[in-house]
Amino acid sequence: MATEILMPALSPTMEEGTLAKWLVKEGDTVSSGDILAEIETDKATMEFEAVDEGVVGKLLIAEGTEGVKVNTPIAVLLDEGESADDIASATSAAAALSSAAPVEKAATEAAEAPAPAAPKAPEVDLSPDWPEGTPMKAQTVREALRDAMAEEMRADDRVYLMGEEVAEYQGAYKVSQGLLDEFGAKRVIDTPITEHGFAGIAVGAAFGGLKPIVEFMTFNFAMQAIDQIINSAAKTRYMSGGQMDSPMVFRGPNGAAARVGAQHSQDYAAWYMQIPGLKVVMPYSAADAKGLLKSAIRDPNPVIFLENELLYGHSFDVPVLEDFTIPLGKAKIWREGKDVTIVSFGTSMQFALEAAEKLAEDGIDAEVIDLRTLRPMDTDSIIRSVMKTNRCVTVEEGWPQGSVGSYISSVLMQQAFDYLDAPVINCTGKDVPMPYAANLEKLALVTTDEVIEAVKQVTYR
Amino acid sequence: MATRKSSAKPNVSAEELLSFYREMLLIRRFEEKAGQLYGMGLIGGFCHLYIGQEAVVVGLEAAAEEGDKRVTSYRDHGHMLACGMDPKGVMAELTGRESGYSKGKGGSMHMFSKEKHFYGGHGIVGAQVPIGAGLAFSDKYKGNDRVTFVYFGDGAANQGQVAETYNMAQLWDLPVVFVIENNQYAMGTSVQRATKSPDFWERGAAYGIAGEMVDGMDVLAVKEAGEKAVAHCRAGKGPYILEVKTYRYRGHSMSDPAKYRTREEVQKMREERDAIEHVRQLLLTGGHASEDDLKSIDKEIKDVVNAAADFAKESPEPALSELWTDIYA
Ligand SMILES: Cc1ncc(C[n+]2csc(CCOP(=O)(O)OP(=O)(O)O)c2C)c(N)n1
Ligand SMILES: [Mg+2]
Repeated sequence: MATEILMPALSPTMEEGTLAKWLVKEGDTVSSGDILAEIETDKATMEFEAVDEGVVGKLLIAEGTEGVKVNTPIAVLLDEGESADDIASATSAAAALSSAAPVEKAATEAAEAPAPAAPKAPEVDLSPDWPEGTPMKAQTVREALRDAMAEEMRADDRVYLMGEEVAEYQGAYKVSQGLLDEFGAKRVIDTPITEHGFAGIAVGAAFGGLKPIVEFMTFNFAMQAIDQIINSAAKTRYMSGGQMDSPMVFRGPNGAAARVGAQHSQDYAAWYMQIPGLKVVMPYSAADAKGLLKSAIRDPNPVIFLENELLYGHSFDVPVLEDFTIPLGKAKIWREGKDVTIVSFGTSMQFALEAAEKLAEDGIDAEVIDLRTLRPMDTDSIIRSVMKTNRCVTVEEGWPQGSVGSYISSVLMQQAFDYLDAPVINCTGKDVPMPYAANLEKLALVTTDEVIEAVKQVTYR
Repeated sequence: MATRKSSAKPNVSAEELLSFYREMLLIRRFEEKAGQLYGMGLIGGFCHLYIGQEAVVVGLEAAAEEGDKRVTSYRDHGHMLACGMDPKGVMAELTGRESGYSKGKGGSMHMFSKEKHFYGGHGIVGAQVPIGAGLAFSDKYKGNDRVTFVYFGDGAANQGQVAETYNMAQLWDLPVVFVIENNQYAMGTSVQRATKSPDFWERGAAYGIAGEMVDGMDVLAVKEAGEKAVAHCRAGKGPYILEVKTYRYRGHSMSDPAKYRTREEVQKMREERDAIEHVRQLLLTGGHASEDDLKSIDKEIKDVVNAAADFAKESPEPALSELWTDIYA
């Protein structure tokens, strides 16, 4: 049967083009791969090859014709033994197909695409993190993190730790102290200084059924690996239609330490928080560090676990329990109050809590929420609190533009607008690279005084 | 070291030759059909055809055993067909339909099959290289003797993460075969315009990795080299590099102005070095098959490909609710 050759789409965006030149003439025999014509689009001139074999029966569009729409028949190809008379019977099968092409349909349907579940009245999990009366012991964040890893490695031999200086050196910040002794070099692995490479290897190991914990010496260096974290770890489940998993944790210190300058002092909370496919945790206390890290290791998704160097040495009460976890995505109310909601996470919790104490002296009763997990974010807990206090201040170390706080502000505007008695204020790090000089560094960071000032503003005091 | 070529009298059975012929032809016809569907607007976005390179993946798959893993770039249709994935599911993914391997959510560049140990389909040039080493890491960790094949281009070979991966793969003796599919161009940039060290396999020496260069238009040579590489890995001797010299006949993707090489250069490769033609001649001159035998194989494959295309056209688009699924486990 004679077949029509159609004007091809030669790029993702091409709708029409110029048939610049025919490279075959009527009567020529062509086989698959032969160049039939040159076609000009707005971007380039491209060669158009034959897919089938046959004899060119008729050229339907003269060379030099502009504005030839994609899928217009431009020539007819005859099988061996056919004559040009058969042309009339060539069906426009392809034209029929093109009308069934999904493109337009998709455009109209897009408008009807279901929105994510509509916000409902906040349902907040107010259960305590551990049963009342549980014995507690003081532990540093550093020890809590180490214990979390050790317990999970004991429980599941697919869990292993890799990173720079995690084994023999016992961790650049001594978080992995003792792990090499207990688990050996097979499961506690020193890597060369190649963040991009070892992050990719860990993603492959996760695809292969292991549960890697990747320690970045600090998250500043994870920028070298961010492609593997986002493009490979976070997106593959979706791109594979749910076939592939990346059950893994990327952890390490994040944010400013002290006097280490711009390249070593950055808070990545807002960066990772944006990525569907990732979970993002940023604990403040040692109990949270332990309970959340254990959950993160067990979680079947890639989890970004943002620690802070300055918190490693802080001691907190940690429950003495055989197996203690805290679910990802559950905020913690550190302090109940009725006048204003202060939302924070990670190291900035220190300023939030300190501000709340000082505000109490002035008769302002602040509720302090520690998000603990930034994705999925427990916005219900924030909304529930703001419905009571009608005011909100957010506190974080990161920069203001595209901050965690600005996201919270937008959630509150859309879901609790009627409850707000004042604009939400975001206390953030200053919009500058971190300076080295002691006085300037102090100025660049968010402070307790700024939180107090913001609270006074939203409470009109 | 000379490029490995198959010997004048290769030790290969008629059966094996026929299966090479069949598999390579399936890839070629499938890709031609994909090109056609692209031209009709049924396939969108970026679509990179494997035409010309068929002998690489077919030869190496002949050296693989059940349970071995593979991972590659966006130029992945041939790899999927060669490891036994269903042409219908692959084509339906190309048309973005519900019965595609990724339910239509991955597209040409992002497809996977856990069942066939095919780990993608990666759109970021070079990203599959550490991932492949990581798959090999998982097998070594589990203590089995499986091998991972990681395929990447001459362009990807210049990526930093490839060097990083070589270093760690050798450091940790990972059972991974690095297959550099040197088709001589990265989009419009020839190898000569991208590096002054154009023998990519030799870079392994800097890390102590063994390797060699293979004629990638000669499926028998590829298989032979593949067997050697696999034996090396399975014996616990660490990674191996195969630089396979090949050529893509078509543009980089469907939208390629093709101004960086001459028509004659392409024509010469097609006429003188075509891998399918090579096997076809071996079959005919060796008396293993008649013209008619081969014609009937051609017909068989045409039918498979047409059936895949029909399936891919008829399969519905994914339900709109699919937008929100498969983000978290
Ligand atoms: C990191 C990255 N940079 C650039 C691109 C755009 N790009 C896609 S393919 C390609 C050329 C790669 O050539 P090569 O590795 O030789 O593989 P081939 O296409 O020849 O199979 C480029 C530059 C990309 N996808 N990813
Ligand atoms: Mg190339």
